[in-house]
Amino acid sequence: MTVKTATGSAAALPKAGAGSAGKRFWAWVNKRLPVDEFLASQVTEYYAPKNFNFWYYFGSLALVVLVLQLVTGIFLTMFYKPGEATAFDSVQFIMREVDWGWLIRYLHSSGASFFFIVVYLHMFRAFLYGSYKPPRELLWLLGMLVYLALMAEAFMGYVLPWGNMSYWGAQVIVNVFGTIPGIGPELVLWIRGDYGIADATLNRFFSLHVAAIPLALLLLVALHLVALHQVGSNNPDGIEIKEKVGADGHPLDGIPFHPYYTVKDLVGIGVFLVLFALVVFFVPTFGGLFLEAPNFEPANPISTPADITPVWYFTPYYAMLRAVPDQRLGALLLLLAIVAFLFLPWLDRSPVKSMRYRGWMSRSALAIFVVSFIGLGYLGMQPALGIYVIIARILAALYFLFFLLMPFYTSLETVKAVPERVVYHAH
Amino acid sequence: MADHAGVAGSDEVDLSRRKFLTRATIATGAVGAVFAAVPFIESWSPSERARALGAPVMVDLSKLDPGQMTLPVWRRQPIFVVRRTPDMVKRVSGHDGELKDPKSKDSEQPSYADNELRSRTPEYLVLIAICTHLGCLPKQRFEAGELSASWPGGFWCPCHGSRFDLAGRVFDGSPASVNLRVPPYSFPKERLLLIGADEKGVAS
Repeated sequence: MTVKTATGSAAALPKAGAGSAGKRFWAWVNKRLPVDEFLASQVTEYYAPKNFNFWYYFGSLALVVLVLQLVTGIFLTMFYKPGEATAFDSVQFIMREVDWGWLIRYLHSSGASFFFIVVYLHMFRAFLYGSYKPPRELLWLLGMLVYLALMAEAFMGYVLPWGNMSYWGAQVIVNVFGTIPGIGPELVLWIRGDYGIADATLNRFFSLHVAAIPLALLLLVALHLVALHQVGSNNPDGIEIKEKVGADGHPLDGIPFHPYYTVKDLVGIGVFLVLFALVVFFVPTFGGLFLEAPNFEPANPISTPADITPVWYFTPYYAMLRAVPDQRLGALLLLLAIVAFLFLPWLDRSPVKSMRYRGWMSRSALAIFVVSFIGLGYLGMQPALGIYVIIARILAALYFLFFLLMPFYTSLETVKAVPERVVYHAH
Repeated sequence: MADHAGVAGSDEVDLSRRKFLTRATIATGAVGAVFAAVPFIESWSPSERARALGAPVMVDLSKLDPGQMTLPVWRRQPIFVVRRTPDMVKRVSGHDGELKDPKSKDSEQPSYADNELRSRTPEYLVLIAICTHLGCLPKQRFEAGELSASWPGGFWCPCHGSRFDLAGRVFDGSPASVNLRVPPYSFPKERLLLIGADEKGVAS
């Protein structure tokens, strides 16, 4: 038997044997680690809907920014010295004396803001096309956990330069935990590790910012991707492409992620990097939006900045916190504003996913929500006085009505018929 | 193996026994995990050094003139020490109706400061200079009419607009819901203030 095979394939055998050393090595690897199998199932033979549009850039862009933040963060950690006495000076050292230190720091600080721009647009896409609806509830929840981890990461990162806004921002946010009935004051003391925001606080925030939360973020992003590949991407029509499969077993409206979407995403990355570079090189503080003016002076426990405002990506929530004339209720509202997102898959009763086929009620509700979110973001940067507070209260009410009334307007409205196949015009 | 089976007289696995052992192992492991977590959680408490640096602070008041304020730091918290003039003392009363907690029932102060002036003596006002809303540093607005026509003088927080009178009591319409806190303090000698300790000893 063996002899016969050996002679029978005499012509073929040497050919296989003579296959390049590289190929043999690759086969050796794959027998032990399923690289090819993984790439096939997740990339080259992973079928994504063929009608992705502009809004589908932001997932891959978020990954790009994550890598950017990890790399620049690792390098900043080489020069930054946590500690009350050293933190502010070490950031100045990075900015003025480390070769290219200014670039690495501005990439990281601008990267934080761009991370949130990309993530907010990514989330808006989910609102627009109902990407949180079944079977993608867990995908949405994991994404929300990524968002929460990102907020913690950004908050702690903003404390590290130990500027005056770092200090007072930390003071305000940590004190939000003090409003929890009963354990509040003890909890705040425990978080700070001192009677005020101090060296101990700065050092533990540093550890969380560079180790604990990035690890959690990576894990959550990985789970988010696993969940995505399990259920498959939604698309602008909100049609499940897996339901219409061709003779080859692949979705009729699907195309392999590679090369089609890798190439598309590369274009998006190119455009993104142009815009990103414009900010990094020409307006790294973005007029006080990305880096606030009071943070250019060292932390001073006996001098509050004229107006304590967080960085722009937190201001919608901050405006809600300030709009309530009771600290405990304000903190509760802040919490609810974020938690509300988690319930979205169960609040939305619409029979269709995409806004393309929804009625005027869903569309108006989403428009109002976007206006209230952006409006609150603006008000969070303004002083909490007079008319600003009143508008903030109105917008906060609209924000919550969007969620509270969702079960009603999504089930009451008339929806358009969803087509069998995705709407797609070849270019 | 065969011996055991022979003794038991059966090859069958005792599933309830296995289930019990699994659960007992998980429970024991969970208890161990809780105990193991304690040192890590407690490491976040204020260190011995932080506690030592939080010792009481002595403030010499001999150079503080009537109407003036000084801002010493105790336990990393700035402290308002105001030497009120008789006129300022007068301006504390008369607006109880505009206050959230005029009798300081929900507010934090030692028993000797649990009065209308919220102080041991009418002259010296000692308050923790941290807004009870979210921890900013309120600014002094001592002059009558400084913020509005009816303003009796007091403190104003630049962050979220909380207003307090000259006894640290919060006005209606402020985001803060309780009065400024009063730390434990005492006067070991005349014109000498000790913040953080009183007859009952050092603050916990």
